[in-house]
Amino acid sequence: MSEEITITIDDGEIKTHHGEKILWAALENDIYIPHLCAIKKETRPNASCRLCFVEIEGHERPVTSCTREVEEGMVVKTRSPRLDRLVKTGFELLLSDHNLNCRECPANRNCALQVIAKKRGFKLKRDRIKPIEREFELDDSPAEFAFDRSRCVLCGQCIWADRVEAEVGAIGFSNRGLKRVVTTFNDLPLADSICTECKLCVDVCPVGALYYKKDQKA
Amino acid sequence: MNKTDLLKRYEDMKEEARQSIQARQEKSLVLIGTATCGLAAGAMQVKEDFIREIETKGLEAEVIEVGCIGHCYAEPLAIIAKPGYPAVCYGNLDEGLVHRLVEDFLAGDDPSYEYAMAALDRNDEFPTFEDFPRGVYEEKMILEHCGLTDFKKIESYIANGGYEALAKALSEDPGFVLEEVKEANLRGRGGAGFPAGKKWEACLNNGENEKYVICNGDEGDPGAFMDRSVLESDPHLVIEGMILCAYAVGSHQGYLYIRAEYPRAVEHVREAIKQAREKGLLGSSILGTDFSFDLEVFQGSGAFICGEATALVNSMEGKMGMPESRPPRLVEQGFRGKPTVLNNVKTFAYVPLIISRGADWFKSTGTSESPGTAVFSLVGKINNTGLVEVPMGTTLRQLIEEVGDGLPNGREFKAVQIGGPSGGCLPESSLDVPIDFDSLHEAGAIMGSGGLVVMDQDDCMVSVARYFLEFTQHESCGKCTFCRLGTKHMLDILTDITRGEGDLETLELLKELSEDVRDGSLCNLGRTAPNPVLTTLRYFYDEYRAHVEEGRCPALVCRDLILYYIKPPKCSKLCNVCVGSCPTEAIYTREDGLKAIDQDKCVKCDNCRKACPDEYDAVIKLSPPELPAEKERKAK
Repeated sequence: MSEEITITIDDGEIKTHHGEKILWAALENDIYIPHLCAIKKETRPNASCRLCFVEIEGHERPVTSCTREVEEGMVVKTRSPRLDRLVKTGFELLLSDHNLNCRECPANRNCALQVIAKKRGFKLKRDRIKPIEREFELDDSPAEFAFDRSRCVLCGQCIWADRVEAEVGAIGFSNRGLKRVVTTFNDLPLADSICTECKLCVDVCPVGALYYKKDQKA
Repeated sequence: MNKTDLLKRYEDMKEEARQSIQARQEKSLVLIGTATCGLAAGAMQVKEDFIREIETKGLEAEVIEVGCIGHCYAEPLAIIAKPGYPAVCYGNLDEGLVHRLVEDFLAGDDPSYEYAMAALDRNDEFPTFEDFPRGVYEEKMILEHCGLTDFKKIESYIANGGYEALAKALSEDPGFVLEEVKEANLRGRGGAGFPAGKKWEACLNNGENEKYVICNGDEGDPGAFMDRSVLESDPHLVIEGMILCAYAVGSHQGYLYIRAEYPRAVEHVREAIKQAREKGLLGSSILGTDFSFDLEVFQGSGAFICGEATALVNSMEGKMGMPESRPPRLVEQGFRGKPTVLNNVKTFAYVPLIISRGADWFKSTGTSESPGTAVFSLVGKINNTGLVEVPMGTTLRQLIEEVGDGLPNGREFKAVQIGGPSGGCLPESSLDVPIDFDSLHEAGAIMGSGGLVVMDQDDCMVSVARYFLEFTQHESCGKCTFCRLGTKHMLDILTDITRGEGDLETLELLKELSEDVRDGSLCNLGRTAPNPVLTTLRYFYDEYRAHVEEGRCPALVCRDLILYYIKPPKCSKLCNVCVGSCPTEAIYTREDGLKAIDQDKCVKCDNCRKACPDEYDAVIKLSPPELPAEKERKAK
């Protein structure tokens, strides 16, 4: 067992261990911090969803809790007007590029975005920022599951499952900027790629982008 | 090898170089500025003209390609150095002028001062560059030999004292180099101004045997060309700086990351590396010591984001050029996971000077917190565009009005954009801000890599902000939420504003989004992308308001908010120029013989306004786009 460390999160002391990231220390102690892309086993996190911001005493700027290791005596805040605003904007940005037809979504009531909205009191609406209008082709080539990119939040959980857990390497990030997508080599349908349809990726998708066909609504 | 032998070996090398250069100087030399800027202006044609004219006359003169001396406004440029005369610089060369210079000066004895820009050596006949206002403010450190030295010959560099710093350093402990750089308080010239000595020390202290030194030559800002000029004009200066750094931190392999859009810089650096190896200044056992270090050029493939440190390293490793969150910093885990020093081209270029002339010499220029000089590429609405080097602490006003000789034909200064797309727009009231890392940051801009664009009353600040944001949005790698989506929404909002859509709430949303993208983005591309928007909102808020509240673009730039109009009292019935200039046949002749524009057909190309003769000056732009109350003009 590695060295024990005590840190303060939101005025409460918690015990954790050396080398742990703030995000996991908090979650294990039932302190919620919004997050989508964080993977516990990943040593160098993507830090790309930008939702897990916390404030650390002595740091001028908010930092992502998935990347920052705990230090003895660290004083961390998960809520403040500044943090809440930042997380809210990040959340709204993600919604602006997300298919918000929740009623038809297989992940309805089992969606990480809905959890964040509930925990932080955000609306699942786009009133401030206009939606980005674009269309994606549905990939329903695998036998039991499908991939709907209009719901993808580019968290990278599926890529980790595919590459590290399943050791297949069928999918990855491709393209730059707004065109960034999770896709196969040469953009082949999953069934035509080296995908083994092990479905580990479906299990880790926090939203309804990768889903089992049996859960499909209507 | 002991200290005396080492220094003697260098002295011999220098003497040899000096002699070969001296032999060359016994005849007349024509130095032609053939950096990329010169080439674009036609330097190669000028070179051919010189060679042909010299041959025709059967003269003993050599034509040599040199880099950029920084006077871009007068390209193509040549310096003629004829024994017995001061070296003289001539600008705006063409075939006729070349013919005349060869005939009168090279073949005759008339330096044709009426065509000269300035002399380079002090003399009794013609002023030197130092005698002009620009020369008074300029202080050249890293640009000292740019445009004057033959970049194709390592001897030119060595004869000027090049690699002396390396010999000096190798005769001391590596700690000497580090201490000197720390003492000099050399701050990174890539933009953020992080002390180079601190970075090197951290890398040194990270134990590992395998370490790397990388030079960031991925200069991608629109309007910036300082790094390119240094690499093209004086490549050995950067190479020597890198060797010194490697010696200080204990690295044996380095890379110059140069963007592929700079083929000439790549070529010059590769040739310089080859010659340095041949002289035993690079490779194994440098100057006969135990120290070995080699360099390679790595060509970037055109992604702006690869100027960001972690993305640069990723792209060198063959991965997608995308940034990682830091820490760990590169000095802990850099290229191939090993401690790595990454500095900008200019940062390395200062190092040989600091080592050979001392930290105190370096600190005697500039301010206490930002010692040394700043190099800017001065562009936009300014008389003397070019590459300038001024001491840190020079004010923006001095830089624009004295060094750049102000704005052309009495145009009115409006704003200056410093630091490229990551920088900010500063107004007239900020012109007395001294140029140093901290003062610029306070004013909302950044030193950035040193691009400086001057703007006048004809530039719309909303359009300018939109222009820069369009660039960063296009260059966003898409990895993190704020940059990928935030910059897109900011761009959409700015586009709306240039169309007069939105209200004060839109401006508030733009401001909030900008602040959040700044605070929330993963890397410095996203964190600095909102700067042009935030500074224009801060300093030119009224202009934004005019767009959304009145549908008016005060600078008459935003196409959706202007219309073209021919003023009847000024229009002449005898002239038809505008009619012919219009590509869409929107201009027609009214019943009274005057011209008018059919607004439905007009595409606002500006041709008619340019075509209308100065004595009439009848075509004007109006914003908001409403025709003046006047009798039926549009009636057909």
